Parts: sequence; C-alpha cells; structure tokens
Amino acid sequence: MPRAPDLRKAAVITTTDLTKVYRSRGREVTALAGVDLHVRPGEVYGVVGTSGAGKSTLIRCVNMLERPTSGTVTVDGVELTALPGGENRAGKELREARRRIGMVFQHFNLLSSRTVQQNVELPLEIIGLDRTERRRKAAELLDLVGLGDKARSYPQQLSGGQKQRVGIARALAGDPKVLLSDEATSALDPETTRSILKLLRELNQQLGLTVLLITHEMDVIKSVCDSAALMRGGRVVESGELTDLLSRTGSELAHELFPLGEFGTGRSGSTVLEITFQGDTSAQPFVSQLARTYQVDINILGAAVETIAGRQVGRMRVELPGSHQDNVVPIGFLREQGLQVDVLDTNGIGATNGAVA
Amino acid sequence: MTWDQMQELMWPATQETLQMVGLSTLCTVLLGLPLGVLLVLTAKGGVLQNQPVNKVLGAIVNLTRSMPFIILMIALISFTRWVTGNSLGWQAATVPLTVGAIPFFARLVETSIREVDRGLVEAVHAMGGGTWTLVRKVLVPEALPGIVASVTTTVIALIGYSAMAGTVGGGGLGDLAYRYGYLRFETTFMWIIVAEIAVIVTVIQLAGDYAVRRLAGRGLGGGRTRLLRPRPAATATGDKELVAP
Repeated sequence: MPRAPDLRKAAVITTTDLTKVYRSRGREVTALAGVDLHVRPGEVYGVVGTSGAGKSTLIRCVNMLERPTSGTVTVDGVELTALPGGENRAGKELREARRRIGMVFQHFNLLSSRTVQQNVELPLEIIGLDRTERRRKAAELLDLVGLGDKARSYPQQLSGGQKQRVGIARALAGDPKVLLSDEATSALDPETTRSILKLLRELNQQLGLTVLLITHEMDVIKSVCDSAALMRGGRVVESGELTDLLSRTGSELAHELFPLGEFGTGRSGSTVLEITFQGDTSAQPFVSQLARTYQVDINILGAAVETIAGRQVGRMRVELPGSHQDNVVPIGFLREQGLQVDVLDTNGIGATNGAVA
Repeated sequence: MTWDQMQELMWPATQETLQMVGLSTLCTVLLGLPLGVLLVLTAKGGVLQNQPVNKVLGAIVNLTRSMPFIILMIALISFTRWVTGNSLGWQAATVPLTVGAIPFFARLVETSIREVDRGLVEAVHAMGGGTWTLVRKVLVPEALPGIVASVTTTVIALIGYSAMAGTVGGGGLGDLAYRYGYLRFETTFMWIIVAEIAVIVTVIQLAGDYAVRRLAGRGLGGGRTRLLRPRPAATATGDKELVAP
C-alpha cells in the first residue's frame, strides 16, 4: 500500500512484526506470527477472527499484559517493548505508560468488595489523586457513561450492560488516548451489545478516543469500526478501512461483513455480477440506465443496503444474459459509474476481476 | 465444691484464656497474613513467582503444622524465654500458640486469596498498578470474607491449643478443667468448664459467621443480613428419601 509510511507516522498504536510463542513442557505454540498493525488517532479499529486466531494475545501485547517474543509495540509515541519489566512485574515506566491506556474486559473484572464509585476510583488511587479529586472525577465519569445514579451500588447489583459501563468509566479514569476492548460485548445480549457499542462510538467522537477492539462478531465490526483487520492463525490476513475493504475485489472481510451468499447464483450460461455501491452512487438509477443504454434484461437475484462505518453501503447481485465476454461493455459502464463490480463464476463466490473495458 | 468456690476459680481462668487467645490471635494475624499472601505471590504463575522461596516457605509451614503442639511447645521453651523473658504464665504461652497457629492460618489465607479472580489481577496490571497495590487494594479486600472465616477457625483452634498451653503453666480454662476435673475427680466442675468453653466457641463462631455474611453480602442484602435465612422447604418425598435406609 503506497500510503503505509504515512500511516506509520500518524499511528497511535503500531506493532511491527509482533510474534508471541508460548512454550510449555517442550511444546511451542505460536500465537502471533508477525503482526503489523497501524491504528490511527481517533479511529475505532476492530480485529476480528475466530477463537485461537491470536487476537486476544495481540491486544494483551499492546499493553504488555503479555510480553511479545519479538517485535515492537508503540503506543502514543512510547515504545512499550523497550521498557523494562516482566508481564507481572512491570517497571515504573511501563506502569506509567499503562495508566494512559484504558482497557475493558469481557468479564468486566470489577471488584465485588467496592462500590461502583470506588471501582472507578481505583485507577485514580493508583495515579495518586487525592480523595476529593477522585470523587469529583469518578462522578464525572459515571455521568459520562450514564450511571450517575448507581455510584453507591455494588457491581453484584448491576446488569451486565451496567457492569460494562462501569468498566468503561474505570478505563477512562486515567484520561487515556487509547482504549483497548477485549471482547467487551461478548458476554452481553444483542440489545445491550448495541448500547455499549453506541457508547464506545460516542466516547470515540466526544473525546477523540482511539479504540482498538477485538471481537469474534462481524456485527461489532459493522456497527462501530472505521477500520478492521482479519486474523487467522496468528497473522493479519487482511486489513484496512471498511469503506476501502468494501470496494476491494475479493475482500474476505467485505464478504463476511456483507454476505449475499443466501441469494441465488443464477442460471448457467449467464453472467452474475455483484455490484457494491456506497454513499452518493446509491442515489443513481444505474440499473435502469444499464437496461436502457445496452438493451439488456437484468435479473436481480438479491440486494441489501446497510450502514457500515456510518455510510450507506449497498450490494446487489444481478444476472445478465450471455457469457462474460458478451457483457464486457455493460460491466465497463457500471465501473465507470463508480460502482465496484465483481464477476462471479456460476458456482458462487470465487470472484474474478475479468477484463476491464 | 460450692458454686462460689467454682466461680472464684473460673473467673481468673477465663480471663487468662481470653488474654492468651486474644494476644496470640493478634500476633498470628499480623504474621500469618503476610505469609499467606507471600505463599500465593511466589507460587508458580504468581505475580512474584519464585520457586525456591515458595518451596522453602511451604516446607517450613508443613513442618510446623505436622509437629504435635505439645512437642512444639516444649521445643520452643528457650525461644519463649528469649522473647518474653519468662517461660511461665499466659504471656509466655502466647509464643508457642502463635508459632503453632501462624502456618495453619497462613494456609487458610492462601486458599482464600487463590479464589480471587485472575481477571482482577490483570485489571490492576492494566491500570498500571504494582504488586503492593494489587495486594492491598485487590487481593486482601476481595478475599476478606474468606480471611475473616479463617480468623474464626484459627481462634477456635487456639482455644483448643490453649488448654494444652495451660498444662505447662499458662493457666486458663483448659488447665482448670484438667487439674480439678480430671486429676481431682471433680467431674461436675469439669463439665461446667467444658460448657463454658463451648459457649465461648459458639459465640466466636456465630460472630465470625455474621461478619463473613456481612462482608460477602455487600451489595446483595442491601447491607442488612438475615441471621435466619429462609431455606427452601424440603418436600415430603425428599424427606422420606433421606430417612430411607
């Protein structure tokens, strides 16, 4: 990618060639096999993958809860991998760097011996704020996450969604630039998940907070992320901004984000196209233009419109009569309109980016 | 023996027992709690993982626990004299009592702290907290109900041990029961003393349980604790099954 050097310069979280190998009883397990990640300031970056893909190890390496075997991690200009201290016994500098990185957890990890307010105060105690300052700040944070009235409750009295809001308030206590979210919504029901994601999005916009989240749910990526990376077997197999990914031919992530698999795949002897349109292009009546200009009969097999990364994105699967060769000109016309066109072979997905007019 | 005579003997003995047990409990908690914490921290996978230290501490704890208390007490006579300047009296008895109870209490504390969710340790690390913060603000407060239950168990064990300490000049109720009840065949007096010890043990157990419920029930019972918790009524068939041979 030609823009890579710029990304690297502007990135707030950068990992380069990150590897993590676990050794136990002579066996080696590679959790990360060279991961390069560039998260730009102010974006919500999602890492998605199945369990065992290494995403959990990756996010733990970002704040050194796990020390990578090799490679570097830089957060907000500080190279964390260069700071002394082990996973459990961090040195002073690493501890101070961690105070500026918030983290929320799948199982919330709240202290049952403390009230909601005292839980939020814990990181402030670590920072060393005095009592009145802590109270003021904790109240402010609880208001921010919409739990101002629950300050005196104990975590056991809260619902899962409320617990995660406390977790988020606590993570924000040190005024972090970066928030790490480790499957923050995986223990929540769909409705609560939506409200927590909405909150993350709001915080991202209001505070200019950069969010790195890991998830196994494509819906999370779809509803909240600006950029995404797909992990498999300890590697990032695909990454980029969602809007770019959607217009990238043969993108696995785009396909996962926007599956049209359940729609028909057309008859043999015809050409099946998958047309992706975003933003302005969705306003153009390209189907009727195509039919009128080239006198072709268009059979719509399926279509869907969704909001991804805050933009309207549509995808349509259409069938044109005749072979691919016969349809080179209409396909060229569609591409000229700023549409992304993938030609499917009749078996299904294996998209080919055939001759371009 | 008249009731007045008995009372005259029982009152100072009760005081001695309470002083002995009270002081040794205090010392046991002060020394045993850090030992229990250290056993957790230095264990494999612990925050201060250190196998040699952990093995040595574990060995000392096991050794002390396997020594019969009466032998421990005699073995410690010179140490006791060095600490208290005397090897007799209830003050002197607290030394072997404390030494004997520390490893017992430390093991109980270790078990309670192990129960604390690993996720909380991770959360503190992610916040930039160090080991001291972890122990003081998370491990001990979160394990507090278990630690308090351990204190209760330790106090009651100490009351039992104190009877033995009494026989080497420590005084106390156990000693009284032994000397008058057992050696002088004042069986009634012996049973009265045993009953008194039973009352003390019961009161301590109830108080301990109450404290544990208060701590564990934070945020569940709205701060108030019901001593008599309604139990789900057993069904008739269930009762029959229990009685059936």
